[in-house]
Order: sequence, then structure tokens, then C-alpha cells
Amino acid sequence: MTAVLFFFGVILPYIAVLIFIVGIIYRVWKWARSPVPFRIPTTCGQQKTLPWIKANNLENPSNTVGVIGRMALEVLLFRSLLRNTTTELKQGVRKLVYKDSLLLWLGALLFHWSLLIILLRHSKFFLEPVPSFLLLFERWDGILQVSVPSWFPSMFPILFISNIIILLALTYLLLRRVLTSQIRYISLPADYLVVLLILGVVTSGILMKFFFKVDVVGVKTLALGVITFQPSVPADGIGLFFYIHLFLICALIAYFPFSKLMHMPGIFLSPTRNLANTNRISRHVNPWDKPVKVHTYEEWEDEFRDVMKDAGVPLEKEQ
Amino acid sequence: MYDAGKIITGIVIFLILMTVPIWYVVATGQASYVPDPKVNPDETQCVESTDYMIKNHMVLLDEWKTSCVRDGICTWVASDGETYNTSLAGTCLSSCHPSKAEFCDQCHSYVGIKPYCWNCHISGE
Repeated sequence: MTAVLFFFGVILPYIAVLIFIVGIIYRVWKWARSPVPFRIPTTCGQQKTLPWIKANNLENPSNTVGVIGRMALEVLLFRSLLRNTTTELKQGVRKLVYKDSLLLWLGALLFHWSLLIILLRHSKFFLEPVPSFLLLFERWDGILQVSVPSWFPSMFPILFISNIIILLALTYLLLRRVLTSQIRYISLPADYLVVLLILGVVTSGILMKFFFKVDVVGVKTLALGVITFQPSVPADGIGLFFYIHLFLICALIAYFPFSKLMHMPGIFLSPTRNLANTNRISRHVNPWDKPVKVHTYEEWEDEFRDVMKDAGVPLEKEQ
Repeated sequence: MYDAGKIITGIVIFLILMTVPIWYVVATGQASYVPDPKVNPDETQCVESTDYMIKNHMVLLDEWKTSCVRDGICTWVASDGETYNTSLAGTCLSSCHPSKAEFCDQCHSYVGIKPYCWNCHISGE
């Protein structure tokens, strides 16, 4: 049994993290080998041009500061998703109507931010002593002090706001794929796999926290042993649900570099977002331009002058 | 590779973020710290088994609080038939676990938990 626990508690996490780190670096390195010779302006704002025309430096930046602003808004607030629109045929007026569709933006934003808070909360298992600012996350996240002991006695530990929000957001993101026919049509198995894997991680974590309790001290001892490369599995076991939770995380992490989850590093390498629109301000030389061997008409005439002269063909230069 | 400087900076930041815990525990030297909750050696019998208490003591204490404070039932029958007063200070902390700092706080601060028990209960220290 110890060997099985050692495999799921130590060996598998090592393998998964190794695949995660090496895989991400490999793919970023592969992306970086593709030249991006020309800036893609994505013209959703006025380009910098004549001084009396007001340029939109966030939508169409011409310098690094603007690019940093555009990237920050994209990474932190998913600004592109704000542009999500939907088309609807209004039956009464028989008109095609375009509307903002912000639910996807809201769902994605809520999901990603609660995931970040949950990751930060979990970092306490890898840090000893626990930095006090991490306790603040836990304090604010659990500020509602929801424990509902009267109707469900075993639900004592405080329900975190992030627990509820991530579950709601993930459920929405999954239902959206299943229920909207157009989105179901373009959804691939990989799209469902990622959502279901994360949903599995979240569900197993919540079940472990409230219903199938585990030895939390054992979890931290295991985590600290693993990151200091002196791994040992607590002999008295931690609890089945911890190993289920950890296994799902390992699966997610190991799958990460092969999946669409690579949008995490990829967003920083998006040419439409991270390049200033300097197409007209500065000259861009195609990096794969090689000096081409040309044969000009003058050279051609030099080569065949005698023959052409004999045939009476007019020449640019007689000699 | 194009933009090598920016790409390598990004990868280095990624590696630093991934390995922060390693450097942190190396710097603090607390990686091998294991909490050591101290129990009064004269007492051998807890209200439930050690394994149950490790994983579920918070549930038990919350049930005690609810039944005593809200329902007025301040006694509780353990699974072995013994009856106890549902009191954190009177039953748990009085004799078996006299020191909050040496018992409760050991694991709580290790895993970064601040239970709100101590908003009302005075630890006696």
C-alpha cells in the first residue's frame, strides 16, 4: 500500500510537474522560432498618424507603454472577450440585431480570478512558515462564514466565496458548450476534457474539504517533502480523497502543455496584442529575405550583344 | 529564435514563479518542521478516536457549539456511550489539552488556519 501511495503522492506529481515545465518551455521556444515580420494592427482604434487626429493608444498602440497597457487589460480583464457579440433575428421587426454578449466574458473572468485566489490559498501548503498575507486571502475569501451546520452537520469548514464562484462559473462554461447548438457544433472533445478535468479537481477538493475529510497536516508534510526533494508519504495515510484530488491535478498539469490551456503562456505571445502598430512609422525588413541572385537586362544584353547585333535587334548600348 | 531577450526573460520569470516555494523553505530553513501538539500525558482517553479527531474535530466542536448555544443541550454522548459536557474550555482545554499554544496552534499555524473559536473563547493564557 505504501508503494501505491508513494506513486500517487510523490512520483506522479514529479512526473506531472516535469512535463508541465519542460512542455511549456518547449512550446514557447517553438513559438519564438516563428518570425513575425509584420505588425498586425487589428484596427479597432485610430492609428497614430497626423498630429491633429486623435490616436487611440490602447486599441492601437504605437509605443511600448501602450502595448503594456493593452496587454495588462487583456491578461487581467480579458478585454477582447468584451467585444463578444451575438446576432439575433428579431421576429417582430424582421431585422438582424447585433448585441453585446458579455456572459462569456463574465464567466471566464470569474473562473480565472477564483482559480488564481484558490491557487494562492493553496500555496500555504508549500510555504513554511506561512506568510501572513496568505492568511488574509483565506480570511477575506471566507468572510461570509457560511457553514450551515443546522441543516448539514458535517459541512463545518467555512465555505469560501471562491469555491462557490468557481463552481458556478465552470458549470456555466460547460453548459454553454452543451446547450448552445452553435457552440456545441464547434466544441471538440479536448474542450470538454479540460472543463471536466478542472471541474473534477474543484469537486474533489470541495468534497474533501466538507465531506470526506483528510489529514491536512499530512498533506503539508508531504508537499514540503516533495518540494525539498526528500519525499516521504505519511505512514498513517492522508485520506483517499486527497489522492483523488492530487491525481486529477497531476492529470491536468501533465496535459497542460498539449492542450488549449497553453493560452496561459500564449496570451503573452499574441502578435495582435503584443506588437505596437509601427507599420508606417518604422521600416520592417522581412527577416527571411535573402539576397536574391538577379540577372538584369543590361547583363543579359552584354551576354548576347554580338548575336543580337547580327540579327538586327535594337540594343540599349551599342558597345 | 526571435526576440530571444524577451522570451528568455519570460521563461526565467515562469521558472522563478514555479520554484518560489523551494527558495522560500531553503531561506527559512523550516522545511522539515513538523508540528508537535502536546497532550497532558496523564490523560489517555479522548472523546473519540485520534484519527477521527484529527480529521473531524472542527465538525464536532461546531455541533457542540450549535447544540449548546442554540438548542440548550449541553451534553453529548460519544460513540462509546460516555457522556461529556459540550464545552471547549470545560472539557477539552481544562485537563487534556491545557495549552492552546502547545496544542491547537501547533497544527493550525502550520497549515495557515485561523479558526474563529478564539473570537469568543479565551485560551486562558
